Amino acid sequence: MKIHVTDQDGKQHELEALEGWRVMEVIRDWDLNIKAECGGSCACATCHVYVDPDWLQKLAPATDEEEDMLDTVGDVEDNSRLSCQILMSDDLDGLKITLAASAAKDEQAA
Amino acid sequence: MSGNEIVTDVVVIGAGPVGLFAVFELGLLDLKCHLIDILDRPGGQCAELYPEKPIYDIPGFPVVTGQALTDNLMQQIEPFGPEFHFNRMVNSIEKLEDGSFRLVTDADEVFLTKVVVVAAGGGSFQPKRPPVPGIEEYEGKSVFYSVRQMEAFRGEDLVIVGGGDSALDWTLNLAPLAKSVTLVHRRDDFRAAPASVNEMRALVAKGEVDLKIGQIAGLDGENGQLSAVRLKTADGEISVPATRLLPFFGLTMKLGPVADWGLELNDNLIAVDTEEFSTSIPGIFAIGDINHYPGKLKLILSGFHEGALMAQAAKRIVNPGERVVFQYTTSSTKLQKKLGVV
Repeated sequence: MKIHVTDQDGKQHELEALEGWRVMEVIRDWDLNIKAECGGSCACATCHVYVDPDWLQKLAPATDEEEDMLDTVGDVEDNSRLSCQILMSDDLDGLKITLAASAAKDEQAA
Repeated sequence: MSGNEIVTDVVVIGAGPVGLFAVFELGLLDLKCHLIDILDRPGGQCAELYPEKPIYDIPGFPVVTGQALTDNLMQQIEPFGPEFHFNRMVNSIEKLEDGSFRLVTDADEVFLTKVVVVAAGGGSFQPKRPPVPGIEEYEGKSVFYSVRQMEAFRGEDLVIVGGGDSALDWTLNLAPLAKSVTLVHRRDDFRAAPASVNEMRALVAKGEVDLKIGQIAGLDGENGQLSAVRLKTADGEISVPATRLLPFFGLTMKLGPVADWGLELNDNLIAVDTEEFSTSIPGIFAIGDINHYPGKLKLILSGFHEGALMAQAAKRIVNPGERVVFQYTTSSTKLQKKLGVV
């Protein structure tokens, strides 16, 4: 199964995903620009993504915990989600998402 | 410069699980430690980000929370009397002629130490900066991520952003002082303590605080002096007159000043030699999530192992020429005496 990810620079990537993996883990495994600071504990919001509107309804709704974490970033849109809270399944084969600016890793040290 | 220089064998930067366990390993070798952490308590990321979430891969604990692990480590290192310096960040490290180090914190404390152990995990926790173009030029002049002196905000037009306790607490505390307070949150649902939320809503009802549901879209001003904050709301973009902006979006981890210490880095992590977890500067060690070497696994378990090997090397630096006899805590009465169990 695949997911389609547009990174912060607008570049598109087609990533191989595995059932049961968190979308955050897939993006991190492919070394795209995602900080994912807390490692999937829904405790940091540094895996913030925008879900393509066509796919939004296929996801389980955000929990209160996820909404609380989304409060901690300044670039939330109606289609914002934390990618660590989206579990890959057959239904999500072909999922389209865009990485939020607030999910980017820190600038590389000189 | 401070007249109070603290002289010690080892300064450990970072009081997360790995930094705490390093104190144990160093203590067994009679090395005295001071720990410096940017947070206000021990535990690091474990205690800050997920104190109540279970961890399943600590040897001997089928399950333990981040806070319980921290509490146990604090108990384990108590015999060695480590001294903690919280709410501090190490700004600079200077190598002295005799090979020791002089560290200065952001509170101007000075440490003289023979060994430095960087156990800073993902870096230091720093306030999250909202992704607003040009916000940097206002920081420290009109944009503040914390309130050190309330008086500095007297008579100002404040915009406070966030839905957690910090945003609500400062809304309540600064409302009587400020010329105006506008609280901005992306939704009309708050994560803060219910009593604070109720108090805030009462101030809104009285017209003493203006509540806007939306997000920051941009800043207007000149030379770092803010004049208005533009907000994106459901009704479109609006402009709120503002001389000070206080965003409270929580904390994130950044490498921080470590990047400027002249250590060899690899993708924002400190490169180490796995024989003793030494860095490119002799006398500075790096253990835990902040280091990099081939095959590195970012596990608390790995950091514990790294701390044990580091301590042996640190001992040779602090007490050169002294023979280090490797001993087990199960059989060595010397070690057991240090631990206070015999």
